[in-house]
Amino acid sequence: MTNEQLIEHLSKAYPDEVALQGNQYPEITVSREILHAFMQNMKSDSNLSFDYLVCESGVDYPAFLQVVYHLESTTHKHFLVVKSNTENRETPALDSVSDIWPTAEFHEDEIFDLLGIKFNNHPHLRRLFLDETWGFPLRKDFYDDIHVVER
Amino acid sequence: MAFEKYDFTPLTQSIHQGLIENVSPLLTTIIEWTIIGVLYLLFIAIFGLLLVYAERKVCAAFQQRLGPMRVGPWGLLQTIADFVKLLMKELITPNRVDKFLYNLAPFIVIIVPFLTISVIPFAPGLQALDFDIGIFFVTAVSSVGVIGVLLAGWASNNKYSLIGGMRSGAQIVSYELSVGLSLITMVVLAGTMQVSEIVELQRGGWFLFKGHIPAIIAFFIFVVAGTAETNRGPFDLAEAESELTAGFHTEYSGIKFAFFFLAEYINLFIVSAMATIVFLGGWMPFHFGSFESFNNIMDFIPGIIWFFMKVFGVIFLIMWFKWTFPRLRIDQILTLEWKYLLPINLFNILLMATMVLLGWHW
Amino acid sequence: MAEIIEKFITGDEIKTDEYLVNMGPQHPSTHGVLRLLVKLEGEIVHNVEPHIGYIHSGIEKMTEALSYPQVIHLTDRMDYLSAHMNNEAVCLCIENALQVEVPERVKYIRTIFDELQRLASHQLWWCASGMDLGALTAFFYGLRDREDILDIFEETCGARLTLNYSVPGGVMFDIHPDFQRKVKEFVKKFKKKIPEYDKLLTGNIIFQNRTKGVGILSKEDAIAFGVTGPTGRASGFSCDIRKHHPYSAYPYIKFDEKLGTDGDSFMRWKLRMDEMRESLHIIEQLIDNIPEGDYGVKMKAVIKLPEGEFYQRVETARGEFGVYIISDGKKNPYRIKFRSPGFSNLFAINHIAKGWKIADLVAIMATFDLVIPDIDR
Repeated sequence: MTNEQLIEHLSKAYPDEVALQGNQYPEITVSREILHAFMQNMKSDSNLSFDYLVCESGVDYPAFLQVVYHLESTTHKHFLVVKSNTENRETPALDSVSDIWPTAEFHEDEIFDLLGIKFNNHPHLRRLFLDETWGFPLRKDFYDDIHVVER
Repeated sequence: MAFEKYDFTPLTQSIHQGLIENVSPLLTTIIEWTIIGVLYLLFIAIFGLLLVYAERKVCAAFQQRLGPMRVGPWGLLQTIADFVKLLMKELITPNRVDKFLYNLAPFIVIIVPFLTISVIPFAPGLQALDFDIGIFFVTAVSSVGVIGVLLAGWASNNKYSLIGGMRSGAQIVSYELSVGLSLITMVVLAGTMQVSEIVELQRGGWFLFKGHIPAIIAFFIFVVAGTAETNRGPFDLAEAESELTAGFHTEYSGIKFAFFFLAEYINLFIVSAMATIVFLGGWMPFHFGSFESFNNIMDFIPGIIWFFMKVFGVIFLIMWFKWTFPRLRIDQILTLEWKYLLPINLFNILLMATMVLLGWHW
Repeated sequence: MAEIIEKFITGDEIKTDEYLVNMGPQHPSTHGVLRLLVKLEGEIVHNVEPHIGYIHSGIEKMTEALSYPQVIHLTDRMDYLSAHMNNEAVCLCIENALQVEVPERVKYIRTIFDELQRLASHQLWWCASGMDLGALTAFFYGLRDREDILDIFEETCGARLTLNYSVPGGVMFDIHPDFQRKVKEFVKKFKKKIPEYDKLLTGNIIFQNRTKGVGILSKEDAIAFGVTGPTGRASGFSCDIRKHHPYSAYPYIKFDEKLGTDGDSFMRWKLRMDEMRESLHIIEQLIDNIPEGDYGVKMKAVIKLPEGEFYQRVETARGEFGVYIISDGKKNPYRIKFRSPGFSNLFAINHIAKGWKIADLVAIMATFDLVIPDIDR
């Protein structure tokens, strides 16, 4: 599908969520309650069939934390950017999509490690790069008094 | 022929006579044993060092580089420097090893080659032990080496060593069969197990040529099985550095590691020496049919030099394998032995026996 | 007595324990600081758990304090064997965001450097993998030939490994006058070497026994795990960014995307050898036709990207490398995320190594071609 057709299809299917054309690819921001069902639909719908999760990144915004999913379809060759925000920064939690795309398991481990977002129904959430003495370094307000020396 | 003047028998007999005349027979025997023991110790030490140096140079040649060049002219003193370093290293005994077995293993592994070398004829008249079951003695004694390897793996209290030791043990025990059977093929051709007799019988031509097809097959199988026996070449999974550190001798340091290391090279020498004796004529020169002039020229080279030339040729062949091929996996190694080499070997013995009975050999 | 013998034959009552063996972090065949916790039963692998983070330098966090040209210097160090391709990815992302059109000469130069880098990376992969499998001589042969490429790099860029050559708007300096001649000589010489490599390893029966049928990754698994690059293409997953979303000079040339069918280690090996041949083919098409012109466009002294998000994909020697820049209009990026190919590739190993032996695990790791700083960033 072309970008316009994709945005139209998504707007019809999910009128509550905002689907628009970003700088390069169509973007849609999905609320966290329907995130898992939405992703499941993205993969299983034969018109969309987004079977390749290219990248899953976590972003830190002042009021909330956001997870950005880049999805691509190997059959239809279209691309979609899905975003989902957490409720707040103190107890961020989202649904895991690792049962839909196995690669998400490890991207989510990394996001948990560096940003602190907990993923529900994740098989084995663990800190990938760092150990327990670190906070969540990728957050903007990260201050480490153990490992960083200020002059 | 001119060859006779290179016989060592007059030398050994004169030493024997000199001793018998001067001291009692018992003391003579003891002194002779001591001389032989010391000579063999020196030989093994020097030859071990020489082989390590040769391996490094051959390896470097295959990899298009020079190898050791700095310590001594052309790096000749490199191995001596390495061994001095090994001798000076601290002997670290890990915690909770079985102390007796841990210390025993390197000794078993180094004593076995000593025993085997005693039956090898270096030149006419230069052989320490000459019984009429020489070949059988060699295969029997070299089997004892497996015990050292298994003990080293078990007593080290280390998972990696245990895996390496078990693998190595399985491999050595399997390939002993092939080694033994290929030697037996040649015994069928020779009709005797006495080592000096076998060499004498090759006066008219080496067994490799006399026995043509079965002998060539047996030679290939012997060389392959021999490298597998000594844990070398493409069969060195037990000590594969890139997989499980150093296998069964991970936990050994200093002189004990030097024993394992040296034993591997002496075993290589023994395999090559057996191949030379049984297939390539031992110390017999290379005679081509009845070209008298050629044969006379060949005879000028002493027997001991022929022997070492042939041994180095086989050693070079075995080193060539190691630096060219990737490694086999342990189950592939064992499959090779039990499913391929063993049936071929048995068939080969049958073939050789038929040939001998029908007189189809030279 | 009969019951004991029966239990022994059926093996039901015999309890064998699994034991854990640590491969790494210091290990000759994990190609970097990677710790694999392998659960073994005898020789059979039951589970492989990778522990990473030994070389995690926090590159993504560092970029939030740097300017955009400074970010490029950091990208060299991630997948250091495809350093130029990483540089190019960030440069392309910035140029697309600012809608800057680079001169044709720059596109050609960048692509030639990409392909030379791909050759150098595959050569190092070949020799290190050969060494892992036991053919120790292969290591020296591959490195000997790689020296020619590194000399070419050094003449133009001044560095052998971390090239640091592309900048937003073009390249840092013009190519050296000897560049074209040397590359042509190298291509001629290397064309004869690849058959030699094939004879040495790919055609060797011991090697084929070690890799044929080992560690099969099916196409669905490759897509599900996001395994790209030669590893994914060997399973039939057509993912070559150079073909699907061409960038730089790739639209101007013809080359084949090689796909495999079996997805076993041997296929992955053969595919990389084929990719080396394709790279030579691409260089041949480009090297004679480098257009004259500027080697860069003048950019502002302080680069500020417009607000928004930009994603650029590039095909490195390992797979799809993605740069995701979120900018808020300032001179430092708000967030940069690097989608590294090794990260996705690594975690597919647990799935395919189950049931094989340790020696096969080494063969699988060798054909996956991982570079650990790429995974850890």
